[in-house]
Amino acid sequence: MNADLIASILGIAVFAGTSLTYATIGEAITERSGILNLGVEGMMIMGAVTGFAAAFHSGSLTIGILVAMAIGSLMALLHAFVTITLRADQIVSGLALTLAGTGLASFIGERLGPNNGPLVGLQGPRFRDVAIPGLSSIPVVGEALFNQDLVVYSMYLFIPLVSFYIYRTTLGQQLRAMGESPATVEAMGIPVLRYRYIYTMVGGALAGLGGAHLSLAYTPGWSENLTGGRGWIAVALVIFASWRPTRALFGALLFGGVNAIQFRLQASGTTISANLLNMAPYIMTIVVLVLVSSASSLRSRLGAPAALGIPYAREERT
Amino acid sequence: MIRLRLERRLDPPGYLSWVVPVVSVVLALVASGLLLLAFGANPIETYAAMWDGAFGDIFGGEFYSVSETLVRATPLILTGLAVAVAFKMKFWNIGAEGQLVMGGIAASGVALFLPEAAPGIPQNLVVYGLLMGGAAILAGALWALIPALLKAYLNVSEIIVTLMLNYIAILWYSQLFTTSWKDPAGFGFPGSALFPEYTWLPRFFNTRVNLAIFIGLLAAVFVWVLLSKTRAGYEIRLLGDNPEAARFAGVSMFRNIILVMLVSGGLAGLAGMGEVAGISHKLQQGLSANNGFTAIIVAWVAKLQPWAIVLVSILLAAVFVGGDQIQMTMGLPASVAQVVQGIMLFFVLGGDIFSRYRIRVVRQHVEAPA
Repeated sequence: MNADLIASILGIAVFAGTSLTYATIGEAITERSGILNLGVEGMMIMGAVTGFAAAFHSGSLTIGILVAMAIGSLMALLHAFVTITLRADQIVSGLALTLAGTGLASFIGERLGPNNGPLVGLQGPRFRDVAIPGLSSIPVVGEALFNQDLVVYSMYLFIPLVSFYIYRTTLGQQLRAMGESPATVEAMGIPVLRYRYIYTMVGGALAGLGGAHLSLAYTPGWSENLTGGRGWIAVALVIFASWRPTRALFGALLFGGVNAIQFRLQASGTTISANLLNMAPYIMTIVVLVLVSSASSLRSRLGAPAALGIPYAREERT
Repeated sequence: MIRLRLERRLDPPGYLSWVVPVVSVVLALVASGLLLLAFGANPIETYAAMWDGAFGDIFGGEFYSVSETLVRATPLILTGLAVAVAFKMKFWNIGAEGQLVMGGIAASGVALFLPEAAPGIPQNLVVYGLLMGGAAILAGALWALIPALLKAYLNVSEIIVTLMLNYIAILWYSQLFTTSWKDPAGFGFPGSALFPEYTWLPRFFNTRVNLAIFIGLLAAVFVWVLLSKTRAGYEIRLLGDNPEAARFAGVSMFRNIILVMLVSGGLAGLAGMGEVAGISHKLQQGLSANNGFTAIIVAWVAKLQPWAIVLVSILLAAVFVGGDQIQMTMGLPASVAQVVQGIMLFFVLGGDIFSRYRIRVVRQHVEAPA
């Protein structure tokens, strides 16, 4: 393999992995607080469609990103309300969010275009690659890592920041603790339920951002099924990443890399059909989960928060 | 200060189990109406048009619309039951879509290739119906066995595995009807050759309603008996409600995961057979119509009760058929149907608190000790 090919695959892997990284870290934060939100796919696709629609009508990418994040967090708020306040099953509520989000995304995709028309096929503003002077001329990796768009660069900054927050701050310590033993954290006088609301919404905002990166940069524009299960891959990556931000990045790059290889193969006119090639990320998700699980089938060794998915009600300690 | 306090109902009264979901569904329709209003559609006109599309002039003796609703309900009944069996034990089978597709592929394979490969087999509906049904059950069950084994042996999350297997099954089926199983005499259109006529499930009264709906009703009886009348059903319910107690009682999680997923996958596979043998008579685009996902809504809104699943399937099918209608007559996207169904699921899910808890208004002057 020559250097150009490696650089090209790495470049696409980073580009393709960005939406996954944001969504995975978002879900990891939510799960750290003890809430399982399986609505990532729904929040991502809603982020994608609303982000594109907002950017299209306003002409501003910033507004597109902000709207996508706001919509993601509002959907997450619904999940928080249904599971925390109304104490419904977290798994079913998350599935409901994905089902409703997918339906709503196709609905508004037909209505939010000009004159209540469809958004499909429209061209709107999109993120362009910005080469960072100096860094982008580093051999091999320079072009791949430092000739990307602003959302990718934000990811480079975001990962160390979020790691610092989770592992080095008091709030981060409380976040980790409330996913393990909410009653203990509550006993310290920290309002667990309020924080769970907040972290669920943070997760939603990041899923929305990931979705917006798809519709505003990766595959600019809106089409139905744009996310293609990336939200679900993100949920799987959280387990692969043991709920850690840096590992989430590596997992996302791995999947981005599979996408990149798919592209290269298709571009090179392979005889393998597109349908079979497109199976790769899904098969790989299963394989990765099996490997991670067989390395240790103990939840604690994997790093899953002990109270993940278990409803916590102040007055009903068990 | 006035606060709301939740008290767990130790013995919820029986009427709540249907009053709460019914009220939730009605409120969901009101909320969906508000959403329609926000998008500039008149909700009353929209609902009227949906009703017209789904039931037509049923009281005036016009049955075509309602027959289409029943056609749409058929795969939902089977997949809804499939999902409910697994959910009863809190095994989250999100893979009914893929299991349905695998069933459809298997049934199509039998209809397309067996007559030539084994001409000795009597070519009639009874024999071929049984063979295709058997193949579909087997294919769906085997596809569901993958997540079951991975969960039982390695504790791999069944949610992710069943979901990923959906994508894989759908891609494989697209591959089949666009390449190797494509009809050479099909003028290049994607889709397999038409099945021999004796494999078609009989239809009734000049509509598309066919034998598959009775397979669905039989399946409802089967699931009801399995869950409420057998030892296996008791174990499944116990594992779902109280896994700790089940473990102490010596109930095998392992064996029941396998059993539940074989049944669940088999039922979903049968839904796929109903679609190809009853409706399309070939393998083509449209077999995967989100039935496996809608099944989750069906099962949950029906509180996992087999009889309620039949009714809720018809309700959600009516929403789908009504959605197609408003697309044609009002120019609203048919995905309104999915939105309404999603909102329904949320309301039923959230409303459940009223059957599990008693809500008390308490006046507090001092902070009560926790």
